[in-house]
Amino acid sequence: MTAFALTPDVSFGAYRVWQRNRDATLRNWKTEFLGIAIEPFAIILALGLALGQFVELDSGEKYVEFLAPGLLALFPMFAATFECAWGSYVRLEMQGTYESIIATPISVDDVITGEILWGTTRALVNGSYILLVSFILNPWLHMVDSPWAILAVPVGVLPGLLFSSISICFASIARAMSHFAYFFNLVINPLFWFGGAFFPFDAMPRWVQILGWFMPLKHVVDIYRGLITGNLEWSMLGSLAWLAVVTVFFYVLAVKLMRRRLIH
Amino acid sequence: MTSALIEARGLVKHYGDFVAVDDISFDIREGECFGVLGPNGAGKTTTIRMITATSPVTAGNLRVAGLDVAEEPRKVKAVLGVVPQDDNLDPDLLVRQNLEVYARYFGLSRDEVRQRIDEALELFQLDDRATSNVDDLSGGMQRRLTIARALVNNPQVLILDEPTTGLDPQARHLVWQQLRLLKSRGVTMLLTTHYMEEATHLCDRLVIMHRGKILVEGRPHDLIAEVAGPQVLELRLPSPERDALLAEFPQGDGFSVEQVEDLTYVFGGGPASAMAAERVGDPHRAHLRPGNMEDVFLLLTGRGLLD
Repeated sequence: MTAFALTPDVSFGAYRVWQRNRDATLRNWKTEFLGIAIEPFAIILALGLALGQFVELDSGEKYVEFLAPGLLALFPMFAATFECAWGSYVRLEMQGTYESIIATPISVDDVITGEILWGTTRALVNGSYILLVSFILNPWLHMVDSPWAILAVPVGVLPGLLFSSISICFASIARAMSHFAYFFNLVINPLFWFGGAFFPFDAMPRWVQILGWFMPLKHVVDIYRGLITGNLEWSMLGSLAWLAVVTVFFYVLAVKLMRRRLIH
Repeated sequence: MTSALIEARGLVKHYGDFVAVDDISFDIREGECFGVLGPNGAGKTTTIRMITATSPVTAGNLRVAGLDVAEEPRKVKAVLGVVPQDDNLDPDLLVRQNLEVYARYFGLSRDEVRQRIDEALELFQLDDRATSNVDDLSGGMQRRLTIARALVNNPQVLILDEPTTGLDPQARHLVWQQLRLLKSRGVTMLLTTHYMEEATHLCDRLVIMHRGKILVEGRPHDLIAEVAGPQVLELRLPSPERDALLAEFPQGDGFSVEQVEDLTYVFGGGPASAMAAERVGDPHRAHLRPGNMEDVFLLLTGRGLLD
């Protein structure tokens, strides 16, 4: 019975779902583009330059330099999360889009995989743009020290998949739009503030550091920090592996939860 | 292989302890319009969900175009066109895009279906709304677009779950007209409805479902003749007067009487019904009319509130 198979039943149909989301997004590309375009400038100005004047780091680097890998991790995370938590819930529950798609040869697993790939695409577009802005502003702000930074784009696939999958898991169990307050306050908010984007973890008490290890965003930030500064370390491979394992777990969970929601 | 496009044998669906569909069997043959009638909660939509492979079968055998639904859900869905009870058009896409993107789900390219989409938009009188937002269409237009969408893969069976529920009479008649046209072109249809008129007009054969079971199967006019009889007498009379009138009917003649609130129905009264109506002489108090599907439905499923 397909509905209870252990491994995801994924076909080319996942790409069809991805195409659907692309076409729907491109219809409103002006609005979409505006949000993406303004965001990094605002945050670099407000946090990096304005707040940064009052921050002195042990390492001697400027706050805006410290902030760069964090921004590169945070905003793609938001892009994937909005798409696959709120966006997916709207398509699942309010628009009946999933219901209409699974009446065609496309399986639930295809739909979820396509959604996650689309969330990942949004994260990649977002991350690439922030990296581009960082490069453009580099002569003045020195946010990027190493050409390795370009690797942050392909590496970004992994957190894109991960945060999309986590978001789909939540969308599949949510019963009302208001339930997303739990998701935002219990998952996304702690990740935002305590994911190692805004302050160095090394200076924190031991227990905070231990807690941080369980935060996916911390591993993403660590990898990006290594790539942007050019200080490559073996621990970055460990972080990659950590992310890969957790991503597979949440992907399979997302597929299973959504099957339960749609096939009954 | 079988000549039936949809073949259900001993189909059962449980939700926990609740039995939604209780051992039903039916065949839908090529080119026919097959109706499933029943009150809310009879198991109509559950049956459709099982056929469209979106609800696992608890027990029994279900084949579509010779394919086992549980084993080949993708192939089964490829030959079906589904019109769900609630429109689920894609509001993020324009009218024409809705059809193009849907065709893509079946692996059909835009070029392959361009002509079919043009024809569908014209047939359903949506050609001048091709670049509209879906949300700007009226309810009737949305319904027609949903039916057009279900035809985009040239399905072997078109499945319509209460296609005219919630439409105003004009919109409903337009949908009926288009469904009749599809039928004349040989499109096989499975239709659920609780509009008796709709079932009588469109269906070649139908079943009446109640509490998960099939109560009766047959051609609409045969069922009316067998169950309700050719004529039905409706009486709105005070009980003494009514009883006196009914006492005149020849006893043991197989007629039956149903009382609903202040209305009395006399089925199978034959010539005695016509005489009674004439004797009262007031069509508001005694009305003789042809039997219809509504009579069949009410006689079989009972008149109590079913929800």
